[in-house]
Amino acid sequence: MRIAVGHLFPDYLNIYADRGNIAVLTRRAAWRGHELEVEAIGAGDELRPGAHDLYYIGGGQDREQELIAPALAALGEPLREAVSGGAALLAVCGGYQLLGRAYRDQSGDELPGVGLFPLHTVAGDRRMIGDVLLECELEPGERRTLAGFENHAGRTYLDDGAEPLGRVLAGFGNNGESGYEGCRAGRAIGTYLHGPLLPRNPWLADWLLAQALAQRTGEAPSFEPLADDLEAAAHEVSAGRARTRGGRY
Amino acid sequence: MGEQADTVPLMGFRAPLSAEIALARAAAGLSRLAGAGGGTTVPGKLLWKLDPGAVDRLAARLPLGAALVSATNGKTTTSAMAARILAPVARLAHNRSGANLVSGVASALLASRGAELGLFEVDEAALPEVARRLRPRAVCLGNLFRDQLDRYGELELVAARWRAAVEELPGETALIVNGDDPQVGDLAHGHAQATVFGLDDPRHASPTLQHAADSKWCVRCGTPYVYEAAYIGHLGDYRCPSCGHARPHLDVVARAVDLHGLEGISFELETPEGSSRVELSVPGLYNVYNALAAAALTRALGVPLETIVAGLQGFSAAFGRFERIALGDRTLLTLLIKNPAGANEVVRTLVAGDPPHVLLIALNDEIADGRDVSWIWDVDFEPLLGSLERLVATGERAAELALRFKYAGLPEDAIEVVPELDAALDRGLELTPAGAELVALPTYTAMLALRELVAGRGFVRPYWEEAAA
Repeated sequence: MRIAVGHLFPDYLNIYADRGNIAVLTRRAAWRGHELEVEAIGAGDELRPGAHDLYYIGGGQDREQELIAPALAALGEPLREAVSGGAALLAVCGGYQLLGRAYRDQSGDELPGVGLFPLHTVAGDRRMIGDVLLECELEPGERRTLAGFENHAGRTYLDDGAEPLGRVLAGFGNNGESGYEGCRAGRAIGTYLHGPLLPRNPWLADWLLAQALAQRTGEAPSFEPLADDLEAAAHEVSAGRARTRGGRY
Repeated sequence: MGEQADTVPLMGFRAPLSAEIALARAAAGLSRLAGAGGGTTVPGKLLWKLDPGAVDRLAARLPLGAALVSATNGKTTTSAMAARILAPVARLAHNRSGANLVSGVASALLASRGAELGLFEVDEAALPEVARRLRPRAVCLGNLFRDQLDRYGELELVAARWRAAVEELPGETALIVNGDDPQVGDLAHGHAQATVFGLDDPRHASPTLQHAADSKWCVRCGTPYVYEAAYIGHLGDYRCPSCGHARPHLDVVARAVDLHGLEGISFELETPEGSSRVELSVPGLYNVYNALAAAALTRALGVPLETIVAGLQGFSAAFGRFERIALGDRTLLTLLIKNPAGANEVVRTLVAGDPPHVLLIALNDEIADGRDVSWIWDVDFEPLLGSLERLVATGERAAELALRFKYAGLPEDAIEVVPELDAALDRGLELTPAGAELVALPTYTAMLALRELVAGRGFVRPYWEEAAA
């Protein structure tokens, strides 16, 4: 089956090897007989709710985020509509921040957000840099870990009642204090974790693909497992790094 | 931080300084005896602890002053080329093994009694402090690419620090910048003694900007640049269609570049004093940039063109950057990889030659390598897949590297994960036919370990012995 992916601002937001995430989604879809079609969505482009099954938005440096924030905010309404209509989404780092309500930078200026995630972000003095390990439960009773790398000056605060992506086992997470990382809203996932995220956490790639297919067919398929020995080995090393050196300034 | 040394008379510190220097030099010997590697930064670190201002005063003793080289990519090679050019001209204090923080500069100063001229490659983040302390005669700035964001922070941050450092330079300091890099070329703006170098040969332009291009937006107004020619990443001939900010006039230029695979390159070197054909025995377009930087720097120090050309042509390789080592009946070719832009050029150079069938790639994640290994996903390794039959992935993050190639489309049975470096080297050599060459692409600490391993097998001298030679 064809899975339509809308990649938001790939020219601007690609700082932490975001194309690695796209490569993993593409290959793992193909190994299950599905074809990923990735369309770049940039400034001035139209975003039609229902046209895509999955959205992806990556991270950028401050300058790129400033350059792109107004154009992204302009796409806010159709993007929110697409996701509430059932499209899946993965937002990483800068993209995660910009999909919140607002981002306040160090000089106190506020960048407008998309308002897709119930959260806001405030720039702090010290960057939170290092390996991270999370425990997630995206499906009831299925606890899984996510290993990645974080590098952000922004402190992200979830609204009361908002659902985080996971609990921090090692690392800083959203703001270094709450003990939680990321945000989940239905089929939309926002996180600071790059590395890139999906190669060493293939279960999340499969979850996103299943959600994208569910948007299309009405039901999330259960995939046959793949030979993920290399992925498991990479996850193991990354998780070990988080345990021994994550969450330290 | 550098005020202390500027405000106290030099003479008053003579006696304690020499005592500290003797102690620090002794530490170098001890650290080598203790087997802690080359001891290249131990004496400098000790001196730095005892008296930070000592670096300033040691440098002030150099009769011909000091020249600094910084860049994300190519600073070690540029410095090594400049050292080769300057060898017949002056006795150098030079941190040739790449210890490029303040402590590394201090160590090089300590190790070179009787030096006349300082030639130091300097870490991008350390440049402001080193420049403040050394008050250099010349500063050569090559390029800024995304590199180890976990360590340096964002590119804009480094660029802002460079701008501040350049503004603080004395007016008589010669400033040499790469005009092909929008952020770096812009630093020449307003500096009295600026030389701009760059490349002019659209035959070698990439058809599109590479994925790893960074400074794609106008430094003045944020509009995407239009490139007449993009050579490496965002280096090239650019113009902003909105405000007109464009590549500055080039004073030192490379034209008519010919690439000869892995064997070398040649180009026409144009300077205001004249032109000459240069034949280099190191490969790749990136080495044209390194040679231009070295030529423009040494020219600013007063070296005549024929000496510059002779030096460049006599240059073979910088430490670990492009080294061929004979290992019995096979050779090991080592090319350092450390960030997307640099690794892309290594890949481009390998593919332009006789592309390897077996490849050893060593990925570590120590501080000097960058703890965040995500950069390997920004490298365009894909052109290697056409000929690659076997990848030996090694280093602390071998599995991550293996994934990079798996998701690029290399069949899993063509990938071997051998985390231990010595076992991986043996496996790579085993897969290499007698008389043939094994290509190894290590990150920085893996390169040091690989060199030590080969030295331990008696095939190459440890680098601290070479540095002393």
